[in-house]
Amino acid sequence: MKDLPKPKDFYSRLRHKPGSTDWMDTPVDIRKGMYCYAANPKSLNTLSAPFARDWNPVEEDWKLPENWQQILHEGFKERLERFRSFKVFMDICVRCGACADKCHFFIGTGDPRNMPVLRAELLRSVYRNDFTTFGKLLGRFGGARPMTLNVLKEWWYYMFQCSECRRCSVFCPYGIDTAEITIMGRELLNLLGLNIDWIATPVSNCYMTGNHLGIQPHAYKDMLDFFVDDIEEVTGVRVEPSFNRKGADILFITPSGDVFADPGTYTCMGYMMLFHYLREKYGFDITWSTYASEGGNFGFFTSHETMKRLNAKMYAEAKRLGVKWILGGECGHMWRVINQYMDTMNGPADFLEEPVSPITGTKFENAKSTKMVHIAEFTADLIRNGKLELDKSRNNHLKVTYHDSCNPARGMGLLEEPRYVIRNVCNHFYEMPENTIREQTFCCGSGAGLNAGENMELRMAGGLPRANAVKHVHETHGVNMLACICAIDRAVFPPLMEYWVPEVGVTGLHEMVANALVMPGEKKRETDLRGEPLEGMEGDTDE
Amino acid sequence: MNDKGKIVTGLVIFAALVSFPFWYNLGKAAPPPEVVLTDKAKAAKECVLPKDEIRTEHMQLLDVWRDTQVRDGQTVYINAKGKSYIMSLSNTCLDCHSNYKDFCDRCHVYASVDPYCFDCHIDNPKETK
Amino acid sequence: MNVKYMYSFLAVIVLFLIAYVGTEAVGLQWLFGVLIPYAALLVFLVGFIRKVMGWARSAVPFRIPTTCGQQRTLPWIRPNSIDNPSTAGGVVVRMFLEIVAFRSLFRNTRMTTKPDGRIAYQWEIFLWLGALAFHYAFAVVVLRHLRFFLEPVPAPIKLLETVDAFFQFGLPVVYLSGVVLLIAVAYLALRRVFIPMVRYISLANDFFPLFLIFGIAFTGILMRYFSKVDILSIKALTMGLVSFSFPDTAVLKGIDGLFYGHLFFVSVLLAYFPFSKLMHLGGIFLSPTRNLPNDTRMHRHVNPWNYPVHVHTYQEYEDDFREKMVEAGLPVDKPLAPAEAEKE
Repeated sequence: MKDLPKPKDFYSRLRHKPGSTDWMDTPVDIRKGMYCYAANPKSLNTLSAPFARDWNPVEEDWKLPENWQQILHEGFKERLERFRSFKVFMDICVRCGACADKCHFFIGTGDPRNMPVLRAELLRSVYRNDFTTFGKLLGRFGGARPMTLNVLKEWWYYMFQCSECRRCSVFCPYGIDTAEITIMGRELLNLLGLNIDWIATPVSNCYMTGNHLGIQPHAYKDMLDFFVDDIEEVTGVRVEPSFNRKGADILFITPSGDVFADPGTYTCMGYMMLFHYLREKYGFDITWSTYASEGGNFGFFTSHETMKRLNAKMYAEAKRLGVKWILGGECGHMWRVINQYMDTMNGPADFLEEPVSPITGTKFENAKSTKMVHIAEFTADLIRNGKLELDKSRNNHLKVTYHDSCNPARGMGLLEEPRYVIRNVCNHFYEMPENTIREQTFCCGSGAGLNAGENMELRMAGGLPRANAVKHVHETHGVNMLACICAIDRAVFPPLMEYWVPEVGVTGLHEMVANALVMPGEKKRETDLRGEPLEGMEGDTDE
Repeated sequence: MNDKGKIVTGLVIFAALVSFPFWYNLGKAAPPPEVVLTDKAKAAKECVLPKDEIRTEHMQLLDVWRDTQVRDGQTVYINAKGKSYIMSLSNTCLDCHSNYKDFCDRCHVYASVDPYCFDCHIDNPKETK
Repeated sequence: MNVKYMYSFLAVIVLFLIAYVGTEAVGLQWLFGVLIPYAALLVFLVGFIRKVMGWARSAVPFRIPTTCGQQRTLPWIRPNSIDNPSTAGGVVVRMFLEIVAFRSLFRNTRMTTKPDGRIAYQWEIFLWLGALAFHYAFAVVVLRHLRFFLEPVPAPIKLLETVDAFFQFGLPVVYLSGVVLLIAVAYLALRRVFIPMVRYISLANDFFPLFLIFGIAFTGILMRYFSKVDILSIKALTMGLVSFSFPDTAVLKGIDGLFYGHLFFVSVLLAYFPFSKLMHLGGIFLSPTRNLPNDTRMHRHVNPWNYPVHVHTYQEYEDDFREKMVEAGLPVDKPLAPAEAEKE
């Protein structure tokens, strides 16, 4: 953060102008602050990924295998056959430019190659050269170019400046989805061992220990035990999470980020308190797992195969524990994977039951095949049926706005459930401008594995449109809390807010639920979960 | 998911639409129509303008005639050869070419042209459209 | 000077001259009037079908609709059944609106960075309007041209002509579609030339079809309103093409070179079509982010090439951590071996 210019300067330097030379003639400049470090070979080896080696993106020599062009060509061909999306998207773009200023990375960097259309052209130009008659005939004039080392570097640099948020796809008249292009681009790069470490190492950790952070089972339990103490301090109630318990009704899976770092930890406490409340009142029976202790899936940012390998744990653990169905925590890309990939990759989950809320009896018809329910759906249903005793005023110190995470918005359509929950747990809720929420929501700028430390400039640039919208409601309504349902959001928004809108905090949905939740046998709450005094309760300590 | 059936159906419809004119006219040659000249027209030998010109320009000529007659009150047109004609569709053109159906209509129908002149000027040929 | 649009422009001029000189000076009316149009149509049809079948051959492994509205979920939350369809019916409506009304493009916004630090997004309708005007005008022009290929001319085509000439001005009566087409295609081309970012992303492949279509509309308008080609001979030729009984060479020779330029443009467009971005005509139907319902949590989608992968099983995991798990009081499937247990 300290290397960054002042936000004002950052903003005023922003130019959305084309380069002085044609993009194909503009050499790629891999710039510090904009790229992530190369994958640690050890992490690649965990999954037997090819060509694990030490290499440095800013060095001339990337230590590529001799036949790297052939590997890419064959990989490209294979993916064209396997994914109609890829093939159609390579062929039908008319370059109308509607997508250009929809990308948060383009808005925040002004780099023309961050326009979704050009990001796709990076691959499309090679596609024309290798797979189309006109490309072969006309060459450069027909928009084709051969695969060279420079092109490869360009691919790498810009495939890791896309967060696969799909905003461009909403506006594209043909539905061309740059996320799909980036996914393919990254798969191809991975064939040459060209991953970034911020993805490769979490993937390796997740594979071996069950979660991205590499938290081992006993440590995972320890961390939740700390939260038990913290919760007791605030509420006077001692919650009792259970782990890896066979015969439980429901398995709970959430991103490990919430176990590890503030402010996600408060969301994690929120889940624990909600489950305890439901157990005390209605005999709700749920277990956590240390093996399937990751909701997120950085494999999704590597390749379809890696995604499948990591995702397999969810159903495997549900089967082993003999639960009825799975409840999933607040996470962004996790839910795109669950909604659009999991059942296809690792299903059918015929060993599970169609999910029914044991408290309200509501059948989650929309999840009858995957058998996995989003906690926002679950909680919204509880509130709707009057099953939660809530004291909204405990969130009166918060003026909340809500950030739709990209994947639940554009890869699922989970828009109303979280809003319903927010309106029922706090009194002050303000929406950001229309063009920045729901299906038009802006990315946090750090999704798809780009939430590293070394690319902070990129992150601040990518998060600018979101931060700008938050700033708007901060200035007009005094908003001081940004709510979200994504663990990456919770990890990356604090620095983004600190940089662009310093007075705004970040919270998960269930942190606010837990603050409002009146627990059976609780003491008078004087602070929220963060230990901050509640409005109107300050003087009560003397009693 | 197997959607090949749907795609092939779509393509068949597409191909059928594109090749529709071939089916529609199947086996029927449609040469341009021959127009019939009345005896009067034959006898006159020449029209207001030379044949090639009158073929492509008659609508323009009539348009000019109408404006000149109605707006400027002139009634006589003198062609390049110095021959004069009354500027009237009914009284000049349709006087010779009184066979509307076998003259005017032949080409108009073939080329799918439907001039609104004849919405009114159909009295002289004494034929109904 | 931008090579991409200058060369595309020159290419169109040259194409016209080839046909014009080829017929007027060299007398190749049979080549430009008959052989090339047939070849072009064949290339178009075969190329189009092959391209689409090529797409069809590729698998649809996952169901990846871009959801642009509320999902179908709890019964009391109203789903957006068009922008986030959960049924085939919803998909049909979504696709229909996408194809006939360019619904996604309709959402277009323009971003501006204000000096006071605000980033604003405004609704931007001109690209949508231009695109819609262009496509509809082109469609009407194409349909209107059926009068040259059908004998007798069916009533719907005549009706279309009447509607298209609704304002009854000019002589011959001006068809609105032709004017709109010319203006829209000029707008789309000028937009590419003058908006810096759009020029930057444009390829020769983007300018060429626009110039070509401009050329088609321009020559068409010239023939109808200005140079007055011999329409009967032209219909004799076009009817000959669709009924395989051609008029005499003398008739072909009598048609102005301008017409052969027009026809050659159309032939080039047809032949170019399947190998170009113009295939978005077929591609839009197959776009997996639009033509699939968002129902994968309700119904399992099957991936035809789903292959087994290596996973790190629970058993392997427990083997790695059994001791620590037992120590932390976590349940294990396999108890510690006696030797290890003793150590505790």
